[in-house]
Amino acid sequence: MDAAAALARLREISSQVRSAVIFERGGKVIGSTFADEQRAKDVAGEAEALLTEAEGQRGAADGPAEFAQLEVALHGGSVFVVRDGDRLIAATTQPEPTVGLVFYDLKSSLRDLDTAPTPKKRAAPARRKPPTGAKKTDAKP
Amino acid sequence: MRSRNVLTGVFLGAGSVAGTLLFRRRLARRRERVDVYFGDGSMVSLARPADADPLLRRARRILELAG
Repeated sequence: MDAAAALARLREISSQVRSAVIFERGGKVIGSTFADEQRAKDVAGEAEALLTEAEGQRGAADGPAEFAQLEVALHGGSVFVVRDGDRLIAATTQPEPTVGLVFYDLKSSLRDLDTAPTPKKRAAPARRKPPTGAKKTDAKP
Repeated sequence: MRSRNVLTGVFLGAGSVAGTLLFRRRLARRRERVDVYFGDGSMVSLARPADADPLLRRARRILELAG
């Protein structure tokens, strides 16, 4: 499934999600529900900055651990960021969403992407071994 | 008669405690906060303004951008 299909499916199954952006660390946007590409980039950039700051909140004594997901609950709505491998999805919802359900739907969307068939490179044709023995010839003596 | 009064008192007390708990829980849910989950299963919840404010600002910006 490509990003556009995964996001369409997300909006279909989750009425709580208002908008979403799928991106990679470094800000590369893979897909979004926004019509405006620049807006999607801006949201991805802010979401990445948000999770960098969130990662910093883990105490040094707790040891290193990978970020998995976050929710920021505001009066005007909630912001979610979920990670699956190298991919991230940032989404906004209405106020007081069903948190567990939104996390599940976002994670599913990212996994749908992972199951997408990636175009495989054609394997290079096997090299023929150079003939070691004497050549057979059809020529008759 | 007396046991009925006691029972009524117990019910009223239990009801008010349950109501207070529900009210407090709802109030806590309405508070602006940040919950961060890590791969090892740990979770950090930030509600104090000093910790949460920078992240809340970023999240507000995202909501603004998203419209």
